[in-house]
Amino acid sequence: MNKVKVAVIGPGNIGSDLMYKIFRSKYLEMGMMAGIVESEGIMRAASHGIAVTTQGIQDVVKQKDIKIAFDATSASAHLKFNGPALKEAGILSVDLTPAAIGPYCVPSVNLDHVQGESDINMVTCGGQATIPIVYAISQAAGVAYAEIVACISSKSAGPGTRANMDEFTETTSKALEVVGGADKGKAIIVLNPAEPPVMMTNTIMVQVKDPSVGIEKISESVNRMIEELKTYVPGYRLRVPPVLEGDKVTAIVQVEGQGDFLPAFSGNLDIINSAAVAAAEKIAERMLKEEGRL
Amino acid sequence: MPKINFVDTTMRDGSHAVKHGFTKEQVVSIAAGLDKCGVPMIELSHGDGIGGSSYNYGFSKVDEFELLKAASQQIKNGKLTVLLLPGIGTIESLKQAYACGARAVRVATHVTEGDVSAQHISAAKDMGMMAVGFLMMVHMASPERIAEEAKKMESYGADYINLADSAGYLMQEGVKARIEAVKEAVRIPVGFHSHNNLGMAVANSLAAVESGATYIDATLRGLGAGAGNTQMEVIAGVMQRSGYDIGLDFYGLMDLAQNVVEPLMLRSQVIDNGSLMLGYAGVYSSFLLHVYEAAGKYNLEPRDILVELGKRKMVGGQEDMIIDVAYQLKQGK
Repeated sequence: MNKVKVAVIGPGNIGSDLMYKIFRSKYLEMGMMAGIVESEGIMRAASHGIAVTTQGIQDVVKQKDIKIAFDATSASAHLKFNGPALKEAGILSVDLTPAAIGPYCVPSVNLDHVQGESDINMVTCGGQATIPIVYAISQAAGVAYAEIVACISSKSAGPGTRANMDEFTETTSKALEVVGGADKGKAIIVLNPAEPPVMMTNTIMVQVKDPSVGIEKISESVNRMIEELKTYVPGYRLRVPPVLEGDKVTAIVQVEGQGDFLPAFSGNLDIINSAAVAAAEKIAERMLKEEGRL
Repeated sequence: MPKINFVDTTMRDGSHAVKHGFTKEQVVSIAAGLDKCGVPMIELSHGDGIGGSSYNYGFSKVDEFELLKAASQQIKNGKLTVLLLPGIGTIESLKQAYACGARAVRVATHVTEGDVSAQHISAAKDMGMMAVGFLMMVHMASPERIAEEAKKMESYGADYINLADSAGYLMQEGVKARIEAVKEAVRIPVGFHSHNNLGMAVANSLAAVESGATYIDATLRGLGAGAGNTQMEVIAGVMQRSGYDIGLDFYGLMDLAQNVVEPLMLRSQVIDNGSLMLGYAGVYSSFLLHVYEAAGKYNLEPRDILVELGKRKMVGGQEDMIIDVAYQLKQGK
């Protein structure tokens, strides 16, 4: 079969949603769902006929045919246990925690640069939603400063996000610079408890270096990027198209989730998972070609 | 009657009203004056808390840490205080504020999201700072729900809980029910922060005190977001006449308001139509000046934008949605 076997570590909401996305994949096949206790997520995976374990990473590294592992646990677990163990076993890590042992990966921007790495980090949900736009603007007009405001519904902010607000803002700010191409980045996150829950919305405000490029060129670059993003996040759309005032460009985007396991308003969780799967697919495609299986 | 602790926030909430344009000279005079008048807590930071300087909320004219350093040299008896909104400010920025002389922090979250303050409250306590759990937009939740969030903040180590009527929406009964519910739920003191959008700020502050609040936020001349806050010199007079121990120099505050604050105001702190609509529709007060700007840009009536923001249940910090609303209203036209 022309697919690469993968494991998902952490059978929570994120892990379960990843599993459903992997079911749809052309190049990826669920090899194992790994947790550390019997849980709903483990049972759910088992009910789909997937091999499961409650021995966590220990069992994952024993599986000879698993080539890629998604880590949907926590930053400390990835840093201390999963990251190092996967590396030793020669399994490529797609890290969805803020651990960031390896380089940041935003598939529509820098996948080609990072796909040789043994551990790639998926930044944050807000980062996946905004960095491509900042990068697109920086390609057209250069970006001196990029600021983003990510608004997510309270219901889609789990305990991990809530206990680590600083990790979100700090990681996203840094990735706006490293991947987005801004000289300086700033990220803000707001939780909104309105019912029915609000869709994930992101505002991007940048100071461009060369406003004389004009809004048309900037919009073209942004629109091209959105087409690219839509190939792996179909619910991504512009709410407010780029506006240029002086040297400031403002745009607002909305992310509607695919509703695989999590509700559609959780666009924040959908986009980071979709990005992780898109990155893994590219890597798997390359692996299959190298092995002559494709 | 219990001792009432005043928290002056002229240099924090008032920062909205001067478009975050405070200068070193201004904060030096205000801080020195407040300290001399006996104000126990003096808050200074960007209106949206430390780290708030941004496109979204407005850039500070002078770096807030420079302002903190300058103010701190003037304060001999009171506590220099900062506001921090998790999601905007970080523990790193709090450490920087501490290094500039801040000794208390008010960690502010939307009324239903108290758990995002855990990290910051406990970091403040580790640094030996006073930490306050600050719940914003309290009109949007029931007294019972607010009590739950207050209990969470108490468990993280908060020294007192402050309820903020950020939209200036509540009337006295609403204030009373909320303060009483929190008083009953926690063992730490309770405070209140109001906006004068419906002309209720002083009356609501008095109602809060009568319901058991012992910390009251106020600003000189009422300088603050929307129609401004409870006016410091007015509430001082009102409470002194009602027989409370305020421990403040009433005349000194009046002079400070008239001689130092009034000359620096960009507009008088009246209840204009926009401010009235904030209170009426339940919209976060600091949206006001941003709404005026967007209304001008998109040629819309500020009221229409405000009402739509209220309908959408936007919370503190979502200034970016003003542009979204203005754009969508324009498209719909």
